[in-house]
Amino acid sequence: MPVTSRPVTSADATRGGERVTARSLSLDVANSVRRKHPWRIVAVLVIAVLLAQLVQLLVTNERFGWPTVAKYLFSIQVMQGLGMTIVLTIIGMILGIVLGVVLAICRISKNPVLQATSSAYIWFFRGTPLLVQLIFFYNLSALVPQLSLGIPFGPAFVSVATNTVITPMLVAILGLGLHEAAYMAEIIRGGLLSVDPGQREAGASVGMSNARIMRRIVLPQAMRFIIPPTGNQVISMAKATSLVSVIAMSDLFYTVQAIYNRNFETIPLLLVAVIWYLIITSLLNIGQSFIEKRFSRSAKQENNSLWSFLTRRSGRRPVAAAGAAGSVPASVTEASNTEASNTEASVTERSDA
Amino acid sequence: MTQTSPIQHETDAAAGGPVLVAENVRKSFGDVEVLSGINLEVQQGETVVVLGPSGSGKSTFLRCINLLEDLNGGRILVDGRDVGFEVRGERLHELSGNQIAMRRRDIGMVFQQFNLFAHMTVLQNIIEAPTGVKGEPREQAVAYAKSLLAKVNLSGREDAYPRQLSGGQQQRVAIARALAMRPKLMLFDEPTSALDPELVGEVLATMKELSGEGLTMVVVTHEISFAREAADRVVFMDGGVIVEQGTPEQVIDNPQQERTRAFLSRFL
Repeated sequence: MPVTSRPVTSADATRGGERVTARSLSLDVANSVRRKHPWRIVAVLVIAVLLAQLVQLLVTNERFGWPTVAKYLFSIQVMQGLGMTIVLTIIGMILGIVLGVVLAICRISKNPVLQATSSAYIWFFRGTPLLVQLIFFYNLSALVPQLSLGIPFGPAFVSVATNTVITPMLVAILGLGLHEAAYMAEIIRGGLLSVDPGQREAGASVGMSNARIMRRIVLPQAMRFIIPPTGNQVISMAKATSLVSVIAMSDLFYTVQAIYNRNFETIPLLLVAVIWYLIITSLLNIGQSFIEKRFSRSAKQENNSLWSFLTRRSGRRPVAAAGAAGSVPASVTEASNTEASNTEASVTERSDA
Repeated sequence: MTQTSPIQHETDAAAGGPVLVAENVRKSFGDVEVLSGINLEVQQGETVVVLGPSGSGKSTFLRCINLLEDLNGGRILVDGRDVGFEVRGERLHELSGNQIAMRRRDIGMVFQQFNLFAHMTVLQNIIEAPTGVKGEPREQAVAYAKSLLAKVNLSGREDAYPRQLSGGQQQRVAIARALAMRPKLMLFDEPTSALDPELVGEVLATMKELSGEGLTMVVVTHEISFAREAADRVVFMDGGVIVEQGTPEQVIDNPQQERTRAFLSRFL
């Protein structure tokens, strides 16, 4: 019997043999047998055991000196040190951002002298350790005994001994700020370059001045690329302030060192420092994700935070992320790379949606 | 004012002279000369379509008109004035960036890639320059923007972001954004080349309507049918020079030059 000659009606399709057969045999993805994951359970067990050991160590080992930690955690000395750490973080970051903007604009300017100067600055300050820079500034008087203000190569109007001007506080601020500026310059430059040149052209074509294009068109769009790595920089700056303890700045770390050098309660006091650093960085983390959300609001509607990205999918999609990364210069600091590529991955995902 | 008269295109050219004059325009990128002496006049209300193969310099020429590219020689006058220079004594003196920005206000441009401001809504895109650059009151700019959106058939999409629109819709918003400055001259740089084929029609329809209303337009495109239907004059460029120009009938249906014929044969 030639089946093909019979016209197929829509009724045949819905009552068709294929589909009924599939139903009867439960050949439907919805009814499929899910894969078992025995190794997940193993991993959970191993981690549970390690965690239990850690808790036992924390509770039973008296050398942690928890009563001492409690005694010093809110002591006036520690509070003062903490205050200094926060002040240095804020001032260092402000100096870094302001100088970083200037350096970034110089770096992308058409003037080759400005370009080269900016590159040389970044090369020097990124190329030497912060610790070395701090100690170097601290000993500046050995190199330049007198600081004077006047006509270059000509007479000086004011002249003072370097040691009276270069206080540990100034060294700390300059050291942290100048170092930070080199990193911020690269982050800001990367952000500015990530904005499609067509956006500038469109701004120019409707008669906007260059300053207005920068302010209204480029910067708001560059912010999405600048904010996440800047958040990282703030967090590393908060930790980097501990380096100023070598020039006798009484920050948090120097303060706890000073205390344990007196009473030999080394571990409890280091724990005090650890706890405060963790509190600072955790607060900064929360602040960062808040600001990030705010700045990306105009660019996306759906809830697409880093957190939901991480929880919804495991791992980022390498091909898409690499494609998006092409628009950002590779010179963005190493520290910001993980964060940046995460953000890019979520940007890519957004455009798919 | 914006309520009663629908759309105004600043039809009062200074002395009734040509809106665009290009004299012997030359432009090189490095050692490669892309424009080797372009001479073109565009009259008030005229729609000029520039055709030509890829690399013929037509987009570069368009970008030279509003100084997105510097010229290496010759002169371009819009509405009787050099865009990037002013005449002082016997010579042209280069203008500052802000002065050039002032002159660009009169020249609208529509880009191949739309280039809508990605962080602004449709309405913000359109009123950004009128309010921010020209200092128009916001309510007036918004009212005019709405009438322009109605004109490009996008009423009600004021609060959409560009990425929520199709390519054709984005390009029509881009046209509205350029018109919002009430330009004396509109430049279209391959406005449909980045569009899916089924979206080309809506953009061309909008452009035809503007052309019919007497907007002065220079259009670089590959849409021969648009040239035939909307152009007052067709200019064929190849190798950095204007090879042939005339009415659509002359250039498209009865080309005199071998190069024009070779180019057009690909579209038949």
